[in-house]
Amino acid sequence: MRRLRKILIWAALIAFTIAFIYPFIWLLSASFKPRSEVFDHRILPETFTFDNYIRVWQEAPLALWMFNTLLVTVLAAVAVTITSAMVAWGFAYFRFPGRGPLFGLVLATMMLPGAVTMIPVFLIWNSLGMVGTLTPLWAQNLFGSAFYIFLLRQFFLGLPREPFEAAKIDGANNWRIFTRIALPLCKPAVVVTLLFEFQAAWTDLMRPLIYLRDSSTFTVPRGLKALLDQFGFGGEWHWEIVMTASVITTIPMIILFFLGQKHFVKGIATTGGK
Amino acid sequence: MRFTETRAALLFISPWIIGFLIFTAWPVINSAYLSLTDYDVINDPNFVGFDNYVTLFEDPKVGLALRNTFIYAVMSVPTQLIVSLGLALLLNSVTKASGFFRTAFFLPKMTPPVAIGILLLMLFNGQSGLVNGFLGIFGIDGPAWTTDPDWIKPGLVLMNLWTVGSSVVIMLAALRGVPQELYDSALVDGAGWWKRTLRITVPMISPTLFFLFIVDSINALQSFTEAYTAFFGAGNTTYSNDAALFYAIYLFQQAFEFLHMGYASALAWLLFIVIMAITAVQMLVTRRFVHYEGGNP
Repeated sequence: MRRLRKILIWAALIAFTIAFIYPFIWLLSASFKPRSEVFDHRILPETFTFDNYIRVWQEAPLALWMFNTLLVTVLAAVAVTITSAMVAWGFAYFRFPGRGPLFGLVLATMMLPGAVTMIPVFLIWNSLGMVGTLTPLWAQNLFGSAFYIFLLRQFFLGLPREPFEAAKIDGANNWRIFTRIALPLCKPAVVVTLLFEFQAAWTDLMRPLIYLRDSSTFTVPRGLKALLDQFGFGGEWHWEIVMTASVITTIPMIILFFLGQKHFVKGIATTGGK
Repeated sequence: MRFTETRAALLFISPWIIGFLIFTAWPVINSAYLSLTDYDVINDPNFVGFDNYVTLFEDPKVGLALRNTFIYAVMSVPTQLIVSLGLALLLNSVTKASGFFRTAFFLPKMTPPVAIGILLLMLFNGQSGLVNGFLGIFGIDGPAWTTDPDWIKPGLVLMNLWTVGSSVVIMLAALRGVPQELYDSALVDGAGWWKRTLRITVPMISPTLFFLFIVDSINALQSFTEAYTAFFGAGNTTYSNDAALFYAIYLFQQAFEFLHMGYASALAWLLFIVIMAITAVQMLVTRRFVHYEGGNP
């Protein structure tokens, strides 16, 4: 009976693993198939071809899209990590009048649906003449983000106070205490913030849809949507192009996951994710 | 001393204060004002009082979008919770290789939502999709998931199940926090697996279930990217997409495709009220079933 249960559990785990991994394999395999065989569901392509990758590279400014995305992603992740850590430290370390209510306000902003601020924020960037540029995709991150402030503050609160008091007696100023002692001690939370925001910025579609007009400014997800509109149901029915572009869009995230797997899993388990 | 500490703190917090004023406080005020105007970005806003809010109730697409969004949320949220709980229980019952399986379950969560929308179109294609191919093995003639209005939302629900991995990770962490003694004493009493799960596991992790229930609901009510990718946008002339018109999609269209900024702002405030109301009801109703160690707070 015990043995049977064990076998059933393992069978279920393996079945689900296949269900979760198979779409990746199917997609990857389809990207190496010629147009006529894309939907044949073979795991190994009958006719193996690199043509789709060459076609995508010719049809779309992929290198440029990659560069745009990388630029936005790095700026977004670095900016939000530095400023959120600063703000979190401000709330965690110092005692000042109004700290509780102010932090309550930080948390309250998380409850506000993005839809409410979306239009006025667009109008701000529009009046600055920055619609059509990459700036609106990351510059808001220069002001921290409530979720990460919350995450980093929790971490700072868990640190012992002694090293900071000792450094203060030694004459270190507040900025030095923050950058030289607090930030290094908080490395796991900093890495989680970087990884989460890197993923969020890389995969975002809504903001690029709102702010980007010209194909040369597209990020990869925005470009992928454009390719779908053209080659998918845009009348051309070249699904192999769309699939290949999907593979190219997804692979950096898979690499990111394997680079930071431990931090991803830990970050999501402790914070409930984004 | 006190003063310098306050000044230092304010310096550290200043990025958030500035950001809050520019990107939250002002937009909230401006959005409330814009919702009372006609505004197309090119011409100055034209004050129309509560006209936009009256239009909301007369616009059949608002009703349609709300209905679509509710139906989707009601199908999607419980399914997500049950499946992720099931997977977490499975993972929790093996010691060997649980890391490997966890990775496999989590990996799809890394896929960009736009690629998930594209996968939906291909995997759930009525004629040549993988899903119907799989159903065909069992002699089931699968529906036209991506074109039949009745099957579009179930298709989206199933496709999004692919990304339950993060919920599984959260639930697994909660399951590992349940004290083993509880199970030991239940085993002595002769309680079976089902009984142990329903009487011990579920109550013990109910705060996590409650948290995921609220967060998943808020997210489902704002679903946008997968459905927009698959069924809307410049190229789509093939698919009927009324069944996939979610509220966030309609709002996006009104704002950025038709440039009805005033009307879209009113739509945004209705969404805000709807989400608040639903969250409040969920909290009131489910609170009673949530068990907190050491008494309810």
